[in-house]
Amino acid sequence: MKKDTARTLRAFLIELVVYAFLVVGYFFLVLHFLGDWLYQLEIHYRYTYAGVALLLIIGQAVVLESVTTLLLRIIRGRTE
Amino acid sequence: MFFPISGAHISPIYLALIGFLIGILGGFFGVGGSFIAGPALRAMGVDWNFAVGTDLAHIVGKSVVAAKRHRALGNVDLKLGLIMALGTIGGAECGAQLIQMLKRAGNVNQVVSIVSVTVYIGISTFMIWESRRTLARQKGRAAAPTSAASKKRDPSSIKHVTRGIQRFKLWPMIDLPASGIKAISLWVIMLVAFVGGLFSGFLGGGAGYIRMPSMVYIIGVPTHLAVGTDLFEIIISASYGTLSHAIKGNVDILIALVMHTGAAIGAQIGAISTQFFAGPKIRLAFVPLPLIGAAIVIYTMVTGHKI
Repeated sequence: MKKDTARTLRAFLIELVVYAFLVVGYFFLVLHFLGDWLYQLEIHYRYTYAGVALLLIIGQAVVLESVTTLLLRIIRGRTE
Repeated sequence: MFFPISGAHISPIYLALIGFLIGILGGFFGVGGSFIAGPALRAMGVDWNFAVGTDLAHIVGKSVVAAKRHRALGNVDLKLGLIMALGTIGGAECGAQLIQMLKRAGNVNQVVSIVSVTVYIGISTFMIWESRRTLARQKGRAAAPTSAASKKRDPSSIKHVTRGIQRFKLWPMIDLPASGIKAISLWVIMLVAFVGGLFSGFLGGGAGYIRMPSMVYIIGVPTHLAVGTDLFEIIISASYGTLSHAIKGNVDILIALVMHTGAAIGAQIGAISTQFFAGPKIRLAFVPLPLIGAAIVIYTMVTGHKI
């Protein structure tokens, strides 16, 4: 039982580290490529900005978690 | 780092750390954490309107992460969450209207402060009494449960009140199999959601500190499910709030994204941690949150400074 818990926690921690890298990378990508565009959008096209803002924050949460799961599956597939 | 949309200079590490703290609280207790995020952004010189809107945007992301994790753990009742989202949005609109009425009457700050302190202290007092009583009863009965499944069984000292509410037969009656509820009036759920939304619109933030306990004590949802379902419901209501605030020019999405780097990680840790605690212990640990909210309001009332 304790072994199972330790294994689950280890898998969780690995997932968390991969996810953390992706989340930070995502922010820098958005800042670098979309920073100025978002600023202009916020000034001139508020409705579009609202939709894009929501998509960006949900995207960060949903897409990156899916990418993390996929990456871990690939890594596990190679090591097993 | 300079954020051009809000015109604020803030350290990204500070934002990520605040996000991380809120993420843990959100994942563990199912709250949005606006009572920390708002003052934390304000302390860095972000205008109040941006603090509120940006906080909502980051709450959406954090709630998605935490709700996904809770769903994987079987802690989300989608049917209940969707029904509650409707009531919450309606309540939030009424709360906002109430604020406008009080603004016109000229005593908005006083009324909101008194109501919020009363509500916060009331919730904390009740929860500390209930959870301690439940834990004492459990101690007297048998050894503490150890498996994850037994931790999710959720004894409560006021179960008889909850059962009485569930017996209240007002059409339409619905079943919530995910929460283990055979039949409950739709109006009870709508009322709980509406009141939560009303406080959200009236006092600001997501009002998870009211909704989560209400789901446990009034609807009869097990604590773990109440946390997960509340987060799911927050996704919908906070998304609505984010859109509304972004259109009004109150959201700096770049600040929200930095906060979310910390919050996404904290939310995962918070959500997974619920597996190691029984319902009454989560409820007991929840008690300081409304008290922090009350302390902030009292400080504002006494000093006149908004934090």
